[in-house]
Amino acid sequence: MALSRRIAYIDLSTGKIETKPIPIEMRRKFLGGRGLDAYLLYNHCEKGIDPFSPENPLIVSAGLLVGTLASATSRTHVMAKSPLTGMLGSCNMGGFFAPELRWAGFDHLVIKGKADKPVYIWIHNGEIEIRDAKNLWGKSVTEAQWAVREELGDPDVKCLVCGPAGEKLVRFANVMTGIKNAGGRTGMGAVMGSKNLKLIAVRGTMDIKIAYPKEALEFNKRFIEQITTAKVNQTMGILGTPFIWGATNSWGGVRVNNFQYNQLLYADDVEPERFHEIANETFGKYHMAGCFACQVHCRARYRIPDGPYKGCYDEGPEYTTQGAFASEVGCTSALTVLTGNYLCNQYGVDWLELGSLIAWAMELYEKGILTIRDTGGIDLRFGNDEAVIEMIKHVCERDTWLGDVLAEGGLKAAEIIGRDSIKYLIHVKGMQNLHSDERPTPALALNIATASRGSDHLRSRPAIDLYHLPEPVLRKIYSNPVPYDGPLSSDFRSYEGKAWQVFWQEQCFMAVDSLGICKYHTTFLGATLPNFEDWTKVIYYNTGLEFTPQELWTIAERCNNMERLFNIREGLTPDDPFKGDILVDRYFTEPTKRGAPDVIGTCIDREKFLKMREEFYRYHGWDEKTGAPTEETLIRLGIDNEPSHLL
Amino acid sequence: MHANPKALVINYEKCTGCRLCELVCSVHHHGVSNPAKSRIKVEKWEWEGLYIPMSCKQCIDAPCMNVCPVKAISRDEILSRVVVDHNLCIGCRSCVAVCPFGAMGFDPVEKKVFKCDLCDGDPKCVYFCDEKAVDYVEVSREALLRKREAAEKIAQAHRRAVELMSEI
Ligand code: SF4
Ligand code: SF4
Ligand code: SF4
Repeated sequence: MALSRRIAYIDLSTGKIETKPIPIEMRRKFLGGRGLDAYLLYNHCEKGIDPFSPENPLIVSAGLLVGTLASATSRTHVMAKSPLTGMLGSCNMGGFFAPELRWAGFDHLVIKGKADKPVYIWIHNGEIEIRDAKNLWGKSVTEAQWAVREELGDPDVKCLVCGPAGEKLVRFANVMTGIKNAGGRTGMGAVMGSKNLKLIAVRGTMDIKIAYPKEALEFNKRFIEQITTAKVNQTMGILGTPFIWGATNSWGGVRVNNFQYNQLLYADDVEPERFHEIANETFGKYHMAGCFACQVHCRARYRIPDGPYKGCYDEGPEYTTQGAFASEVGCTSALTVLTGNYLCNQYGVDWLELGSLIAWAMELYEKGILTIRDTGGIDLRFGNDEAVIEMIKHVCERDTWLGDVLAEGGLKAAEIIGRDSIKYLIHVKGMQNLHSDERPTPALALNIATASRGSDHLRSRPAIDLYHLPEPVLRKIYSNPVPYDGPLSSDFRSYEGKAWQVFWQEQCFMAVDSLGICKYHTTFLGATLPNFEDWTKVIYYNTGLEFTPQELWTIAERCNNMERLFNIREGLTPDDPFKGDILVDRYFTEPTKRGAPDVIGTCIDREKFLKMREEFYRYHGWDEKTGAPTEETLIRLGIDNEPSHLL
Repeated sequence: MHANPKALVINYEKCTGCRLCELVCSVHHHGVSNPAKSRIKVEKWEWEGLYIPMSCKQCIDAPCMNVCPVKAISRDEILSRVVVDHNLCIGCRSCVAVCPFGAMGFDPVEKKVFKCDLCDGDPKCVYFCDEKAVDYVEVSREALLRKREAAEKIAQAHRRAVELMSEI
């Protein structure tokens, strides 16, 4: 049964392995995936530890519905204390690892300790072994995976792996699976590296019993139709996520030259259509690929068309790669984006963070805070394609002074570089912003400021806010499954009702992350896509567990509060410039210079922003001044006795 | 005999590699999610983005049928498929070894061979595959030609893979 999957505790220092069933009450409280991970992290991570110490638990999981019939049930979640931010470390990826983990008998792995030499973990049909990874250490993301398949003699083995960047403790290294599926953000790959853990290999042929197979099949078909008929997903299935970058750039919502402009000019070569063309030419007409059981298929397959890596096979790019290696660094070349995409996938590094850091270093270079001596002779001008590619390598290899410094992440790098450098760093809680510019959009600004893992778009972004949807439509979405009769505004520049939208989206994303479903299959970019009510049905048909939509909402709230408790324990206070729910000054003081008429000349109004944040705390039941969950909230959610050490 | 028998036709170029077909095949037949029990399997060469769904060809002169010592395998001409009679099957697995496509599976728990039964004429893999990388069509001349083309491309891809391997 889907609910019979176990949790395994693996100690790499002692080699001790213990497994336990996951009690149904824990499922009812935290579902699985990210939700249960949050519980486990709060219970297994001592306050204030060094993220690179053996005590940091690396938690790997599959969501509650992974491997079942609920459309794109592919997601792996990984949690630990983040070596980048010193706060919540959390990432999520698609691909084929999580379903294989479940077919192999496990839902959650809690990995502690540190091996004295490189190892990998081999999990197959209920058994777990720790094995020597001497021959895998140093290998790229894909080389390591193909090598372990060879060693185990099974081409169907799936891996979660850290690349050379993780081994070198680059603080924003990814965990990866397959060619490009990445658990990016917050440096979970570096935590693997710090444990001498190169890879987790899984293979399983155990049944996941479906509670009501006939109904699950039929409902899944309807679910898929709901998902694939949405216009946004049809476009996604042709152009992939680059289409989002194209749309956003057109009105002026992307960061350019670090934070100086909000629209990339002369961008023809990095428009989505151009990548589509390259994929067509280098791979073929049918070049889109999907993650497990997904019919959206947003991943383009391509070969690098030119340059030193010509002919290399890769997947992507994503809109974040266009941001990282085009707009943020002021470049306009498809080749740079594709080469950067490829290098990051091979090194296993978060290009959002890396591109943003390179852009920051470029602005420092422009301002004279960094000189050509600091860059090791690289002319770090905005728009210098070669410099971008060089810097990617230097950071991942840590082989130059500046590369090594940037590998430490923005806050630590700013401390080392000194002078005014921190003023130009675009981050929240020490994590860099993605490529988007939230100055014209208060809702998205509140989203990145309060996201539990630092500046991030996948925790609470109400992206449909950009569509100017009529108020009744908004109300239909946002007053379900819990009532809401406060203000809502169709204008994305307004501050009205935005706090509620962000709050709503936060519960929505927590629910899908805990179920193990992809966010493109949920109310995020499309207004008609599934949400709470649909999920109660798929949960029931697949697992037999019964929830009301309201109960599911409360679970999401509970899990979000567990993450909040973790961050508060690690020192979050609302206005702390390094650990707070606050934007850097530039958001409040520098108006946008480009974009559509209603976008140009805007910045975030500090007072209105702070009021909106208070409102957001209030919806959560958090103290308006400290941002901490009140006793009443903890009791309401049944987490007033955490850590409870039940698992 | 059925006038226009239909067959599963695979156009691997359209396949996105999602493996939904494996999932629905195992759920439909066994009520469980388990690709090891699916009658269709997507073979992948991930390093070049090549995904090829493989399933039973319902051969006319079927090696599995010919090799079976107790004649448990026969042709059902109505649906143009090859079927296993589990009352006769002795579990010797000769058919598993002899199928040129690896399409005959063996369930070690149930101790039974299994193969694609075209879902009795309503193939679930086709119903769910949005791309129609697996399709259920009448075996007309055109379909046969398409199959030949597809096979030729598979052969080319294999050659490319061999070349790539020898370069390394
Ligand atoms: S469902 Fe279709 S696209 Fe997906 S793997 Fe199967 S044949 Fe390929
Ligand atoms: S199982 Fe193999 S040999 Fe038998 S009919 Fe199918 S493809 Fe042919
Ligand atoms: S037709 Fe039915 S039995 Fe055959 S592969 Fe497709 S789903 Fe499986």
